[in-house]
Amino acid sequence: MRLLKIVPDNTNIGFVSLRGWAFGLTLLLSIAALGVTFARGLNLGVDFVGGIMIEEKFTSPPDADKVRVLIEKLGVGTASLQAIDDGKSVSIRLPRPESSDPAATNKVVDKVQGALSQAFPGATLSKQDAVSGKVSGELLWKGGLAVALAILGIGLFAIFRFEWQFGVSTVVAIVHDLLMTLGFFAITRFEVDLTIVAAVLTIIGYSINDKIVIDDRIRENMRRYRKMEMPGIIDLSVNETLPRTVMTSLTILLALIAMLIFGGHVLRGFTAAMILGIIVGTYSSIYVSSSLLITLGLRADPKAEGDAPAARRDGRMSYKDVP
Amino acid sequence: MLDFPRSKIIAIVGVLVALMLLAVPSFFPERITNSWPAHPRVSLGLDLAGGSRLLLEADVNALIAQRLETMHDQIAGGMDKASPKIAIGDISVADGQLSFMVRDPGQVDAAREVLNNLTQGVGLTGQRDWDISVINSTNFVVKPTQAGIDQAVKVAMTAAQSVIDKRINGFGTKEPTIVAEGASRIAVEVPGLQNPQALKEALGKTAKLEFKMVADSVVQPGQALPLGTQLLPYAEGGKGATILVRRRAILTGGDLASASAGKKQEDNRDIVNFSFNSEGGKTFAKITQDNVGKRFAIVLDDVVISAPNINTPILGGSGYIEGSFTPESANTLAVELNSGALPIALKVIEERTIGPGLGAESIRAGITASIIAVVAVMLFMFVTYGRFGLYANLAVIINVVIIIGVMALLGSALTLPGIAGFVLTIGTAVDANVLINERIREERRRGRNVIQAVELGYKEASRTIFEANMTHAISGVIMFAMGSGPVRGFAAVLLIGICTSVFTAVVFTRMLVALWIRRNRPSDINI
Repeated sequence: MRLLKIVPDNTNIGFVSLRGWAFGLTLLLSIAALGVTFARGLNLGVDFVGGIMIEEKFTSPPDADKVRVLIEKLGVGTASLQAIDDGKSVSIRLPRPESSDPAATNKVVDKVQGALSQAFPGATLSKQDAVSGKVSGELLWKGGLAVALAILGIGLFAIFRFEWQFGVSTVVAIVHDLLMTLGFFAITRFEVDLTIVAAVLTIIGYSINDKIVIDDRIRENMRRYRKMEMPGIIDLSVNETLPRTVMTSLTILLALIAMLIFGGHVLRGFTAAMILGIIVGTYSSIYVSSSLLITLGLRADPKAEGDAPAARRDGRMSYKDVP
Repeated sequence: MLDFPRSKIIAIVGVLVALMLLAVPSFFPERITNSWPAHPRVSLGLDLAGGSRLLLEADVNALIAQRLETMHDQIAGGMDKASPKIAIGDISVADGQLSFMVRDPGQVDAAREVLNNLTQGVGLTGQRDWDISVINSTNFVVKPTQAGIDQAVKVAMTAAQSVIDKRINGFGTKEPTIVAEGASRIAVEVPGLQNPQALKEALGKTAKLEFKMVADSVVQPGQALPLGTQLLPYAEGGKGATILVRRRAILTGGDLASASAGKKQEDNRDIVNFSFNSEGGKTFAKITQDNVGKRFAIVLDDVVISAPNINTPILGGSGYIEGSFTPESANTLAVELNSGALPIALKVIEERTIGPGLGAESIRAGITASIIAVVAVMLFMFVTYGRFGLYANLAVIINVVIIIGVMALLGSALTLPGIAGFVLTIGTAVDANVLINERIREERRRGRNVIQAVELGYKEASRTIFEANMTHAISGVIMFAMGSGPVRGFAAVLLIGICTSVFTAVVFTRMLVALWIRRNRPSDINI
């Protein structure tokens, strides 16, 4: 049986020679993503700004204007509506009532629910979230902190296990991935809720996973080919790991696309973010973090090797039988 | 590489089988597994099962104010009871502290002695719960310390948690989870609950029940209240009505033995029946004997619900509360009285409800997506790596079963993001085999023989796999530590998956490959 080989054997693509162009493009895209995020803002969900979100399921797609007028007459604040999926489900965003009465939120939900089920027989409540401003502020802060801690922790890990250039280049690449994800959410207007923080953390984890595999190979090749120039080593390492990079990205994408198509609307934003993250993360492994190592002056200096922790660690591994 | 002693094989297979057995109960319906001796099952998170989640926050400021008030009463009473009696004046609470003056400078030391007995040490540092200082030789200032406040909040929160537990169980809901979040919050999750209204009302009330005597005097608006009395709203008296009662409670909710909702025989109105415990019954009998013809007030959360006349001494130790009850509100009050008063007022600051329809839909979609993802990934692995892909696939299937088993054992609930975590774990678990297999391919191209290539492939890839999984674990741990609800569920699956996948994808497949090579001694491998 002939097995499938997506990437042919012994590729020799000159990744490093393209890095000037790649840096320019990457920088441009990052600035554009940042600009879009600031200009358009993110569609933050009730998790992060507080308020009430009601998801109502109708028997047939309702007339959005009729729903809007109906809710506005109740005097519960300005509603923003969004149709979900096949149009049968509608999410209704309302401001949280000012009253300190614990039942105030429920009254709003009951009012809306009552009016809707009267006007549209068969309409049922699928989901209801009510988050106070205090909690949403904390969730936003905690989410941001989690992302920052993850980047910091993994950057430190890379510095500890490799050399500082690896740590810095990895963190730069991760920030790039993050900016792209932010830009994606700013453009698509997908709602940013708690699960998106999980998606971002996973993107970070995956993206670093990808970089570590290449970094590990660079380190190995630095030991093996002491005389080779850094650009050559990086090209060799990226090419050697290319089949794995492509294979793994494709398997995970395959799994995620299945999730995107069949996984239901609740996780749509989450899966979409992950798919984008895998693509962007794979790109940044090759063009941001690896290429950046040259700019940061990583050198296979035989003299420095004696005290570099990475070299010491590698020294324990036996490469005597490697040609 | 080929050196796989029988004992090692038995150990690996034994561990895998044992872990897989943990998952067995989760695949059978609950009514069947209930009769099994041990049957940990994977529970479904609220987003899949449907239900309500409430996040309650304690009103710490109210607790601080209440402590000051109690201290005020204790000081006044303590000085009065001291012998000789210590005369004090100007006792007042302002700016979160309490101050008073001792009239006779000669009694300052005695007053300090009384105060010292009213305060307690907190923790091991020798700090006390109240700070006492004397200014101008006769003026005392008593101030709560932060350690004292923290201690009081902690005690109140622990008690509140058990009160909440009793109240929720009183509603007959199944398997609620009640956990403390931080110092002053409690998260309540009730699966299957569709309308949290009743629950919220029950938890939003402190249900502090007190029996107080109605004061004899009547005050005009604007007139100063007689010493030891307070003006409370009177529910039955119409809008804005108040009633003057004595401050000191003769009995409280703590003196009750039980309460239940019922109907009054004469007019069929809804009432709440209660009975005192033996101590409370005696006190109540004595007070009603001494005060025939007077009125007493039943006070709930500082509102007078009813103020009946004592026509005859009540000796049976039981009675009823009447007010404008509906059958539901009478039942709610009975549940609240049975569970005791909340030691601290709670406010709902976050509320989430998921309908059963959406939950069921999410499970269906999640399972469909998972199956399609697994099949697609396995097919892809097989056409790429042949036999080695099959081994990896076997490892993935075992891994999925083990993750379910470990989740059941640890009691972590499966959430919708958790299902996504599953799908992602399958992708990353396969990555370990991709790394190994690509390395074997590479070593074969470099001209190594089969055994050397496989040996080096596993050895070199293992280091990379370890490092790659470490970074994944770092983000997983952060998610688990800082996330809430569904995000935690996702992180749990991810973390369990990282641990189990290293075992199945590296150790287990290595064994399969070694056994195959040992038996067949292939001179070439198709990879």
